Amino acid sequence: MPATASTSDAALSAGTVHKRYGATVALGGVSLQVRRGECVALVGESGSGKSTLLRLFNRLVEPDAGEVRVDGRDVRTTDAVGLRRHVGYVPQEGGLLPHWRVLRNVALVPWLKREPQAEARAAAALERVGLPPASYGRRWPHQLSGGQRQRVAIARALAAEPRIILLDEPFGALDAITRGELQDAFLTLRRELHLTALLVTHDLHEAVRLADRIAVMRQGRIEQLADAEALRRAPATEYVAQLLRQAGVG
Amino acid sequence: MRLSAVGRRLSANGALTPGAADPPRSPTPALTPGAARHPLSRVRERGPGGEGRCVWLVFAALACVPALSSAGRLAAQAPEAAGSAEARPLVVASKPFAESYLLAEMFAQLLEARGLPVERRPGLGATEVAFGALRAGAVDVYPEYTGTGLVAILGEPPDADPRRVFARVAGEFRARWGVRWLPPLGFQNTYAIAVRRETAERHGLRTLSDLARAAPALTAGFSPDFLGRDDGLPGLQRVYGAFRFRQTRALLQAVKYRALAEGAVDVVDGYSTDGALARWGLVVLQDDRGFFPAYEAAPLVSARLAARPAAVSALGELAGLLDEARMRRWNERVEGAGEAGHEAVAAVAADALRELGLGCGGTAATARRTGGEPSFLGYLWERRGLLFALTLRHLLLVGVSLAAAVLVALPLGLALERWRRGAEAVIRYTGVLQTIPGIALLAFMIPLLGIGVMPALAALFLYALYPILRNTYTGVRDADVNAVQAAHALGMTPGQVLRYVRLPLAAPFIMAGIRTAAVIAVGTATLAAFIGAGGLGEPIVAGLALADTRQILSGALPAALLALLTDLALGAVERAVRPGG
Repeated sequence: MPATASTSDAALSAGTVHKRYGATVALGGVSLQVRRGECVALVGESGSGKSTLLRLFNRLVEPDAGEVRVDGRDVRTTDAVGLRRHVGYVPQEGGLLPHWRVLRNVALVPWLKREPQAEARAAAALERVGLPPASYGRRWPHQLSGGQRQRVAIARALAAEPRIILLDEPFGALDAITRGELQDAFLTLRRELHLTALLVTHDLHEAVRLADRIAVMRQGRIEQLADAEALRRAPATEYVAQLLRQAGVG
Repeated sequence: MRLSAVGRRLSANGALTPGAADPPRSPTPALTPGAARHPLSRVRERGPGGEGRCVWLVFAALACVPALSSAGRLAAQAPEAAGSAEARPLVVASKPFAESYLLAEMFAQLLEARGLPVERRPGLGATEVAFGALRAGAVDVYPEYTGTGLVAILGEPPDADPRRVFARVAGEFRARWGVRWLPPLGFQNTYAIAVRRETAERHGLRTLSDLARAAPALTAGFSPDFLGRDDGLPGLQRVYGAFRFRQTRALLQAVKYRALAEGAVDVVDGYSTDGALARWGLVVLQDDRGFFPAYEAAPLVSARLAARPAAVSALGELAGLLDEARMRRWNERVEGAGEAGHEAVAAVAADALRELGLGCGGTAATARRTGGEPSFLGYLWERRGLLFALTLRHLLLVGVSLAAAVLVALPLGLALERWRRGAEAVIRYTGVLQTIPGIALLAFMIPLLGIGVMPALAALFLYALYPILRNTYTGVRDADVNAVQAAHALGMTPGQVLRYVRLPLAAPFIMAGIRTAAVIAVGTATLAAFIGAGGLGEPIVAGLALADTRQILSGALPAALLALLTDLALGAVERAVRPGG
């Protein structure tokens, strides 16, 4: 698909982005477009550049070269803090503030944006991820299970009702059953909220289950970007084929 | 006058031992009675022993208790700002040992009797502090010894000729610092060799030459120090020939005189004005070949006092009037070994002046014996007003210095977290401050801040920096990484991350640092008494100088209690700021 054609209606777009850390090349000229309402998964092994690519979109990483757009706007012309409040984000370990109760954690972004109904929005978001605020809102993060903490992290990312959400290995640290439950919850939410999502994972099964398209990354480049069916049918490189075989997805 | 009242009250109940402030002559802890009070000890302040001495001081004070400073003196500290020089009272100080207290009190009473208002600052922490304060103009007069001036201050070798020594120090001090030595008081506090009266009579001993002859029949007990020092036994033998004692034993100061009195030894070394010489009726042998260095006592006065003829002439009335025998008697009354009890310095000073015909009017010194004393608790109760005031002063010193340290160290710790490259170096520098002994730090401050509360606050402030800075920096730097990153990624500004995440998460660490600093400050503040800042160290210093255990404890116990309470209270605060459930 021609990259230029989709730029205007892409929610997220990266054009020939380069990024190095010292001598290490993290991204070697990567381009990616995520359409509105679409979910793209970035898969690959550690060091393949998938998290770096994700973090371009909320300016946790600044590119050395290339162009990054969110909702059609060049991120360099936007205020980083404002951008981050506009884009939902779920980090790997949840990253809940341990000294804030659950409801306050979830209300973080609306509160930062000085929205008057911050707590009500937080309560609604908690409800949405399956944690009734009446019983969970007053708890401390350390009083929750790992799965509950990740639900809270998702609720926090959604409380300000962003159109775009970035997830950095959000379920990686959970046991298989909990992970399955959370994946279901995520699928439901995406549908209900028409979210655009970019998801980093090293689990190909998860990618297949949650994403519309999958970008297989290796050494700072995208080896192949396609939907699961196309990947299975026609792996573009031997690396992709091998990855599919190893995961038993092939 | 509030100040002098405090001075008097503190000296009341003085007891006997020389104290921590003068270096122990042997490795005896400073509390040992009899240790260390002699001006000769000063010699060692310059040598390698000097640092050890500071450490001893710190330990002595800390061991007794953490405590801090005093009561009524709050106001009068820093080097006086302007103000009419004539109107300002003359500041009379002493070093922290009994004879110095007594002479200073005599100076003070004499000046008062001649219509000159004075302010008393007894017990300043030894030569560096007392002389430093004099040079800086924060003190106008204190009793000093010419030998100390020559050896410890000018750094020249000792000399046995009193006239030469006086001429030397008088000329040098005036030329270098504009301070003056008034004419000597008439006695020397130098080494002395003593025997029992019956020994002197049986062997016909009057002089050290006589002793050299009679030595084979006698057992000597010398302090280890005297046995080794060049101006001790080795030097003595060069001048008088070998003393072939039947036996020579090393005895600590604390037990020497008693051992002599009880006949365990026949000859001991001591100092020529030791009260114990009078107490046991001992005979001091004459140094007929003039070996021992000259240590004449004299008022050392500031340029300001020297410019006031009335004051110079008042102090001049004492010139040449004192002698060793009288000083022994009066020292004995002030130090008052055990059974006899001891008397208030002010009372002894008044008696002494009367005896010299310099009577200071009606202040009949009702020599207040402390024999038949109340119980220790009764004693504390009797002094409750003073102790309360001292405790308040102590808290003030700790509170103000700690608050200032927090105001500096906290923002600095946060700034360093943003500038990590330089952080360790900066923090290490504040750590180095910790290694400066308290007395030395206080002495450094005198030229800048004079004596009293200001230098004490400055020193306590410097000591409090490190724990607070270190804990702030480490606590903020190591705050939950995931939480910090998430807060950042969700759109907190760096300022918000600091305020809402890093600081609250670091709060228990920061509080722990403040708590450590506070408890250390409560202890260190006892040293403030050496520089005239008052607090609970005041009875400790006075008690050490006068060998008054009860007085020491009256400062030490409240200070210890204060340290405990401080720790408990700040521990509660630490728990209160612990974030989240």
